[in-house]
Amino acid sequence: MMAAQSQIEITHRTPGKATPGTPGPVVVFDNVSVGFEGHPVLQDISFKVEPGETRIILGPAGCGKSVLMKLTNGLICPDDGAITVFDQRVDTTSELELYKLRERVGMVFQESALFDSLSVRDNVGYRLYEAGASAEEAEGRVLEALRFVELEQAIDKFPSELSGGMRRRVSIARAIITRPDLILYDSPTGGLDPITSTTIVELVMKQRDVSHTTSLLITHRMQDAFTLAMNRFNTRTGHMERIPNDGIEASTRFMVLNEHKIVFDGSTLELVHTQDPWLKEYLSE
Amino acid sequence: MKFVSPEVFAKQRVAAVQEYSLLAGQAFANLFSKPRYWADIYTQMDSIGFGSLPIVILTGFFTGCVLALQSATALQEFGAMSMTGRMVSLSMVRELGPVLTGLMVSGRNASGMASEIGSMKVTEQIDAMRALGTDPVRKLVTPRVIATILMLFFLTIISDAFGTAGGGMVSVTLLHLNGSAYFHSAYRVLVYADIIQGLTKPLFFGFIIASVGCYFGMTTKGGTQGVGRATTQAVVFSSVLIIVVDFLISRAMIGIFGGQ
Repeated sequence: MMAAQSQIEITHRTPGKATPGTPGPVVVFDNVSVGFEGHPVLQDISFKVEPGETRIILGPAGCGKSVLMKLTNGLICPDDGAITVFDQRVDTTSELELYKLRERVGMVFQESALFDSLSVRDNVGYRLYEAGASAEEAEGRVLEALRFVELEQAIDKFPSELSGGMRRRVSIARAIITRPDLILYDSPTGGLDPITSTTIVELVMKQRDVSHTTSLLITHRMQDAFTLAMNRFNTRTGHMERIPNDGIEASTRFMVLNEHKIVFDGSTLELVHTQDPWLKEYLSE
Repeated sequence: MKFVSPEVFAKQRVAAVQEYSLLAGQAFANLFSKPRYWADIYTQMDSIGFGSLPIVILTGFFTGCVLALQSATALQEFGAMSMTGRMVSLSMVRELGPVLTGLMVSGRNASGMASEIGSMKVTEQIDAMRALGTDPVRKLVTPRVIATILMLFFLTIISDAFGTAGGGMVSVTLLHLNGSAYFHSAYRVLVYADIIQGLTKPLFFGFIIASVGCYFGMTTKGGTQGVGRATTQAVVFSSVLIIVVDFLISRAMIGIFGGQ
């Protein structure tokens, strides 16, 4: 699959954009456990996400990936352990304080979760309108975000008039409009055809390589994960391209969950060269 | 259907009451702090108030009609048919106006709130709202509570008026009573205690309708089937609560004002 490690070019780049007051890891999970109705969903989860890193989360369906994402954003409270985001404890902070923290976090939901009674304009600009931004400023930034996802023409449409891929793109535009320091992508390519998936992956890559935003990304498609790890966004051509010499993107790392626990946490190379029998089988599927 | 032990069942019920109380308390507390979503409040007032007007007018009017018919039949035995106006007016203002309006608005709006918020819940729109920094209770529940309380108050007055008018129409056209005498007795019988009793109830009923509808919406689980279940439960619980609270308020009012 890859050339020998010594021959592989590892693309180093400046760590993510400045996150004031957070020189350390952006996300820290420390022995986090959570369960619902007596059934464990995640057990003793510990990991760190450094600034500028893109952490791809893999794992079979129902292993708790989406729950992990919601825990990161404080949408669910853990039963045990500590979660720190931008040096602030998420698990012990009040909901009111969390709203301030969430201003720095963008989230793309599994099924887009667009407000179906609002137009694309109002969905994308939701945060700005809530913050009391002027109509001109909001309009400008909505257009900018929609231009990023190449959906300017859909500004007056409603979510029900959009295709699945377009909805995901609107959802990405909504997540990035306030230029967050952390983006959580919950299966942004789930249920999409391969061509549309590639478009979404390219957008995630663009956000990673242009804005250098720290991100967590869940995917079920191994192809998408390795595309992110082995390609980079070329701002001149406006498209992604393969990193020369079978190189890999150093800031993109992997985490694999299985049966409520982390079974792998490391770089692309470490994942590819794993000797774990279950992981090898999972990756070959 | 999944069967659980009595202990688990009891705990679930207590937890549900606790959850409802917290939601209702939070929705009420939000009335006194910013931000306030005025646009959402006006939208809900239009939807709940103006939208419910036809059913409230029809219900009130025909309730007044049937009240006049039934009262007149009973009063005729005592030779007191001229008291029909008093009976209709008192029944409508004290009891049937607020309760029937509450039940009709509950059937129309508690279900609407539960299904609308429930659909948002199962499609993760509520989580998205929280992720985007908006308190869903403040944005979705509080405007509905304010709008329902305000609108139910005025809808009850309209229902009372149309009920009395309906009774008047039946009295004049079918019972051949004097219209002027009917309205005169209907007006004369009412005292402040009746008005206060009749207009205190919709304030409580409005709160019940909105908070119960929103509670079942916010706790919806299980996709579209769950939305359907939440809708049904919202109507059933709010209707039963209205009847129970009606009894409690009536008892309290009689205690305060006496049996006038």
